[in-house]
This record gives sequence, C-alpha cells and structure tokens, in this order.
Amino acid sequence: MNNIVLLPVLIPFIVGVFLILLRKQVHLQRIISGVTAFFLVFLTVFITYQIYQDGIITIELGSWEAPFGIVLVGDLFSGIMIVLASIVAVACLFFAFLTLHPDREKYYFYPFYFFLLTGVNGSFLTGDIFNLFVFFEVMLISSFVLIVMGGTKYQLRESFKYVVISTFGSMFFVIAVALLYSVTGTLNFAHLADRISQVDSADSGILTVIAILFLIVFGLKGALVPLHFWLPNAYFGPPTAVAALLGGLLTKVGVYSIMRTYTLIFSHNQDFTLNIILILAGLTMFIGVLGAVSKFDFKRILAIHIISQVGYMIMGLGIFTPLAIAGSIYIIAHNMIVKTALFLFCGATEKVTGTTNLKKMSGLLKTHPYLGWMFFIAAISLAGIPPLSGFFSKFALVLAGLEEQHYFIVFVSLVVGLLTLFSMVKIFMYVFWGSPSLTPEEAKKRKVGKLLLPGIPLVIISFLMGVLAEPMFILLFETAEQMLDPSIYINSVLKE
Amino acid sequence: MKTNFLMLHTITRIVSFIILSFSIFLFFAGHNNPGGGFIGGLMTASALLLLYISFDIKKIKKAIPFNYSTVIAIGLLIAIVTGLNSILFGDPFLTQYFEYYNVPVLGEIELTTALPFDLGIYLVVVGVALLSILTIAEDDS
Repeated sequence: MNNIVLLPVLIPFIVGVFLILLRKQVHLQRIISGVTAFFLVFLTVFITYQIYQDGIITIELGSWEAPFGIVLVGDLFSGIMIVLASIVAVACLFFAFLTLHPDREKYYFYPFYFFLLTGVNGSFLTGDIFNLFVFFEVMLISSFVLIVMGGTKYQLRESFKYVVISTFGSMFFVIAVALLYSVTGTLNFAHLADRISQVDSADSGILTVIAILFLIVFGLKGALVPLHFWLPNAYFGPPTAVAALLGGLLTKVGVYSIMRTYTLIFSHNQDFTLNIILILAGLTMFIGVLGAVSKFDFKRILAIHIISQVGYMIMGLGIFTPLAIAGSIYIIAHNMIVKTALFLFCGATEKVTGTTNLKKMSGLLKTHPYLGWMFFIAAISLAGIPPLSGFFSKFALVLAGLEEQHYFIVFVSLVVGLLTLFSMVKIFMYVFWGSPSLTPEEAKKRKVGKLLLPGIPLVIISFLMGVLAEPMFILLFETAEQMLDPSIYINSVLKE
Repeated sequence: MKTNFLMLHTITRIVSFIILSFSIFLFFAGHNNPGGGFIGGLMTASALLLLYISFDIKKIKKAIPFNYSTVIAIGLLIAIVTGLNSILFGDPFLTQYFEYYNVPVLGEIELTTALPFDLGIYLVVVGVALLSILTIAEDDS
C-alpha cells in the first residue's frame, strides 16, 4: 500500500488530459509539459532510491488483494527503467520544442506524448500480464498518433504497415494471455511464477509453447530478427524528436517484457527457451548491423542500429548469469541514452544541411565543430570504446559469455561491435570530414546553437556511466540478483 | 425535387427520446446490474447519431454545441479525480466507497464513488464515438 509507485503512471496521464483542454495555448502547453517532464525525472529517481533502500514497493489498485486484483510492482529493474524513460522523455521533449512545426503542436502532440509515457511507465511497473497488455495498447495507440502526425505520403504508407503489424502482435498477445490463463488460472506475475515453478517438467510442453508465443509477441514490439522488418521505415518517417523518443523507448519496452517474463515466469524449461533466445540474439545483432553497414542515410542507419543493439540486450538474458543480466540492463540503459542522443544530433544535422543523405553533406566539422565532436563521442560510445558506457556493457556481456562457454555468440558480438564502429565512422567521415558542403555565409546563417542542448546532457550521462562503472555495477548486480531469485518478487507481492 | 423527410423526422424525434432515456436508465443500472457508463455512453451516442443522420450536421451542431474533444478530456478528468480521492483517504488509487441512504420519494438508494467514475467513462465514450464518426462524415467538405 504505497501510492508513490503509481505516480509515474498517473502524472503523465493527468497532464496529458489537461493538455487536451489547452489545445490552442501552445506556449502554456510547452511550459506545463516541460515542468512535468523534469518533475518526472526527480520523482522516478526518488522512487528508485526508495526501492533500493527499502526493497520492492507494491500497490494493490482499488484495494483488491494481490492475486485477484491488479498490482503495480516497483522492483529495482522497473525502477531503473522508469528513470531512463523519463530522462529520454525530457531530452526529446526539449528537442521537440526547438524543432517541431507549430501545426503539429496544435494537433495534440503533447497530450499524446504524455499518454505514450503513461503506457511506457505502466508497462514497466505493472505486475499483471493482462494489465501489461493494456499498457502496451495505451503506448501503441499513442505511438500510432505520433508516427502518423503530419501526414506526409511516406509517413502514411509506413505507419499503415506499422499499425497492421502492431495490431497483429496485440492479437497474438491476447491469445497468449488467454492460453496462459487457461493453463495456470491466474494472470498475476507473482502468482504465475509461483504456480509454474510447481509444474512437473514432464508436462510443461504447453507452457513452453506459451513462452515462445510471448517471445514472438514481445519480439515483434522489440524488433527481434526475423520480426524486425517494420522498424527502419516506420522510424524514418516522423520528425526526429518523435523518432528519437520511439527509438529510445518503444523497443526497450519489448525487451523489458521479454526479460521480465523469462526471468520471473517461464523458469521451467530453460535449456530450450534460453537457447532459442541466444540464437535470436546472434541473428538480431548480425543482421541488424549488416543493414546499417549497407545504408547511406543518417537517420536510417541509426534506426537500423536499434535492431542490432536489441540483440545484445537479449544476449545477456540468454546467458542467464548475474553478470550477464547486469550487462543486459547496463546495455539497455546505455542504449536508451546514447541512441536518443545520436538521433538528436542527427536531427540537428538535418536542420543544418536540410538532408539526411550522407552523400550530400560533408565537412561539417569545420563549420559546426561542437556538433561534430558531440556526435563523435556518442558514436564511439555506441561502438564500445572505453571509457564510455558502451565499453563496460559489452565487456560484461563478453565476460559472462566466456565464463559460460558460449564462444560463438561472443565471437558474433565482437564482430558486430567492429561493424558498429565501422558504420559510425562511416557517418562521421561522410558528414564531418572533407571540404565543407556549405558556403561560409550559409554556415553562419544555419547555427545549431540551442539544438545541441538536449543532447549534451545525454552524452555526459553516457560518459559518467562509463567512468562510474563500479558503483553502476554494484546497483546492477543487486538488480540482477533480485531478478534471478523470483521468490523475492513473489513474496513481496503475495506476502506469504 | 425536394425530398420530404417528414416521416423520418417525426419518428426520429420520438425514437431518439426513447433511446436517450433508456441509455440513462442503463447508466444508472450499471455497477451492480448489467449496464454502466460504457453501454450507456454508446447508446447515447447512437441516439445523437440518429439525430445527426436524419437532420443535418449544421442544425444539430446548433442544438448540441459541444466540442467533443473537450468532452473526452472532461470525462477522463472526472474518472481520474474519482480515483484520486481515495489517495486522500490513504487508500490505494481507485478504491471505491459506498453507503446506503434514505432519500424521500426515491426510498433507499446506494451512493457510490463508482458512479462519478462511470460518468467519466460515459462522457469519454460519447465523445470518442461521435468525434470519430463526425470527423469521417465531415471529410467531404
């Protein structure tokens, strides 16, 4: 009984509703949404600190007791995720202030921005699998609106595909939930974990099927190969502020759900399911990065890179040791921050040059040095150069893989790291090296100035996450141990 | 040739009145019996839609001058605020309270906090249904 864990879901919802009423006053909308976004960062940090101090916080909505009613559960993993989500949200919001077309702002951009946050935070905090479906829907419907907003021909075509695929995924989700309910008779995460752990491994066949069905559903949202095809085009269409938000948040919700369900609930036939996850992880990394290597468009390369990074996140889950899980969470954190920063710098570059095609721009380092170096730091962080955050996350994963003798996946991940570096350096060479494509007069007119501001804190966070890797890992090890011992979660929800 | 809609108009006036009153009955029946904000709202929307179809949009807009997106927002706010008041009493969000009262004329009735919550749902459903249908209908001009 602690309402504080509900606030990250409730506050964006209330603010979103208020902003509908203030549709015409764009300026007021900006002030309210900016203040709220900052407040959410402090609130989520405070909640996570409390979880770290006092253990898991739960709340039973409507006073209905745990396995019967819906519970919201804040454990360390959820806490870390909501903190990251609110940091990404703040950065994208301020970038939207600077770049968004006024018409878009009038057509309910900010309300749906906050409804999206409601769905994302709700998915991270819920302790009930059907409720997870509901929050997924809240998030998806808001993302439909944000992706299609503006209505250019390209956007309409690609978001139609996105809508169809997402709806298909949601249908599968309901089927999987129904199957799970018919087998176990419950929907509460803790109760499910409790019941499934008592099942004989001999008759767990149907449970394995359900587990794979959920993997398909979440894999579709999280863009695992071979369910990744919708992502590059859907994220290419909308304005950069939206693409950065979706790229930073949405796929991570899918990854979060996979990690949550596979650590907590589907603990019965792990030899089989974890192997499948490892294979998918390898495929996702490799095919994702190949797509990025072959493209010559700034925004598109970044969008495709999301896929390859999802592979790393799943890889840690497949190895399934505390170090690997900690590495997975580290790379989720690193990726949300750095990917958003890269998207924002891409948006700034687009604003300066008027294009995202790599071959049409060059020499920006001479005219816009700050943009160039900021991008460079974020890019090598993504590729995993020490002492930035990308290095330590991959280091943990590789170490865990070697300890558990998964040599092949370790090899794949190292090759993918190299190709990531290659594609980032490719962007850097085309965009920032060479003779300037803009004349000095043009360059003076097109200042980046303020456009860099939302991205710089993200780069600093990435740097700090690398320098402070030691305390980070203490926190992450505790998180991983909490996740690998489901009884902690079960006891705090069911209070047995 | 001007078509004569006399029959349609007369019947619509009567039928929409019946549907509207039945929708309010359904709305109050909800919570303990079949009915509630969602069904009541849908039925109200269907009655209003009947008016929109048989008369024309401009005329009905004069009679019902609401902006439906505002209606949605107000409905959502009512529903959330109803949930929030339980936080003030130190209970989890959405906890409901109810009490029986004796009211002259009506006799014993049950007052619950589920009712304002349902009212919020009702407004949201009416707003969403009409807003989406009218947006599609107005697309021609």
